[in-house]
Amino acid sequence: MGGGLPQVARPMNLAAPASPVYRIPHPLPLDCGQALEGCEIAYQTYGALAPDAANAVLVCHALTGDQYLASPHPITGKPGWWERMVGPGKPIDTNRHFVICANVIGSCMGSSGPASLAPDGRPYAMRFPVITIRDMVRGIIALLEGLGIARLHAVVGGSMGGMQALSLAANWPERASRVLVIASTARHSAQNIAFHEVGRQAIMADPAWAEGDYYAAEAKPDNGLAVARMAAHITYLSEAGLTAKFGRRLQDREAKGFGFDAEFQVESYLRYQGSGFTRRFDANSYLYITRAMDYFDIAEEHGGKLADAFAGTQARFCIVSFDTDWLYPTAESRHIVHALNAAGAKVSFVELSAPHGHDSFLLEHHQLDRVVKGFLE
Amino acid sequence: MTLRPDLAVIAAHVAPGSRVLDIGCGDGALMAALESASGCDARGMELDGELVERCVARGLSVVQGDANIDLANYPDKAFDYAILSQTLQTATRPDRMLDELLRVGRRAFVSFPNFAHWRTRAALMFGGRMPVTRALPVSWYETQNIHHVTIEDFRDLARAKGATIERAWFFSGEKQIGAPAANWRAEFAVFELSR
Repeated sequence: MGGGLPQVARPMNLAAPASPVYRIPHPLPLDCGQALEGCEIAYQTYGALAPDAANAVLVCHALTGDQYLASPHPITGKPGWWERMVGPGKPIDTNRHFVICANVIGSCMGSSGPASLAPDGRPYAMRFPVITIRDMVRGIIALLEGLGIARLHAVVGGSMGGMQALSLAANWPERASRVLVIASTARHSAQNIAFHEVGRQAIMADPAWAEGDYYAAEAKPDNGLAVARMAAHITYLSEAGLTAKFGRRLQDREAKGFGFDAEFQVESYLRYQGSGFTRRFDANSYLYITRAMDYFDIAEEHGGKLADAFAGTQARFCIVSFDTDWLYPTAESRHIVHALNAAGAKVSFVELSAPHGHDSFLLEHHQLDRVVKGFLE
Repeated sequence: MTLRPDLAVIAAHVAPGSRVLDIGCGDGALMAALESASGCDARGMELDGELVERCVARGLSVVQGDANIDLANYPDKAFDYAILSQTLQTATRPDRMLDELLRVGRRAFVSFPNFAHWRTRAALMFGGRMPVTRALPVSWYETQNIHHVTIEDFRDLARAKGATIERAWFFSGEKQIGAPAANWRAEFAVFELSR
């Protein structure tokens, strides 16, 4: 990065205790063979749970998301990440549904992760066990048990949230009546893994990363984390979207400067995205969560055949893709749909048109609103 | 809501409680009728994303897909009925699609406009141009009907495919008509097949 990142002051306590935290009363077994003692899940809820507990909707967040689904983020102060979708009278209607969003384990917004304290009183750092998407869902299932919710009206997720929704449907089929998967995949492709590896290497190449043991240090691997975010951010957009937003326009200058400042608007934008991200996210969490996504392959978990993962499911599924999403392209969604068809599951699928690539699921899209609302009714 | 006459005839003859795949399900009118009136488990396939969205919004299970390609992903005999209404003549290969229908469904309903209806014949015979009629209202250059078919052609195809014609219904406009001279008199036909 050549030190070109603007330095942004950030609160040191990433795990700001602005959310209720559920302490899982038993060791949480993990796919790696270890168990996590005293695992904590930070979460937010919106709306009211019905007396029969049948109106619960679980929304699963994406890689760098968190539980602040429809309420302001305590660090950035920005609105919840899906506030346009979740709220009173919105497609996921909190007047009707009790909506739950939990920070996944491995993350850094209050749930147990590498920044959490291990039993020896020091942060886990790289001693935190490597987790999987299924482990994240195990943690959330434990939370649901704690909340007294045996069966969800629906589980909803975009991107990595969609992976959790699929994992829940495949491994705990009795837990959800409806499964809504947006801009997601049933397995990480070589290209997906490749991009994540670039991000991880950027973090680990930052001297401040210090083998992950930086929590007590003055410097954090912010430069590495920012580069990781910049590379990943490109994959969330589309070429047409970038061209429309930035083209080849220069930032705050009339002519090329024959240097290496952020001369193009797109460079300036990416640097801003990268540095802003370091204010709210832990570099080690980024390593652990991207690794969990790379390990994700539901078919592999079920004998190699995706249809077998959903054999006998009674849930209704809705799969949505976006035509400009090249990170999890429509073909990946179709792959899921074909498996669900083969399993005899009730499945809907629609490819929506949107110019913004993978991030389209987070942005204004009336068709998506109607699909979500209709599917949840 | 009133169903189109071919759909009404299909809805009336699908056994209650069946598993049904409606290929080219449009806005889901037939599926909705089958689910509410006959307690069927209906699934749909539709190419047009906006129609799929309307189906999903009304709670139907519909997959956006191209029947020419995506039928291949359904297991054998996954459905009691496979339904193809007003779509056969748009298929890339209607013969293969008929095979697929009879593979995924124990029975199939197929409806199509009859190109041998007297109006069509007259338009071609006396007008010398591709017919634009009540049943075939779109000009040759923009119609999606790329494989026009007559009732007799369809009977031949069914025979060649080893399919049994269980029942057939014929319509002139909204009105059901008898089987005699149907290839002259019917604007469209509905066949129930098995194999």
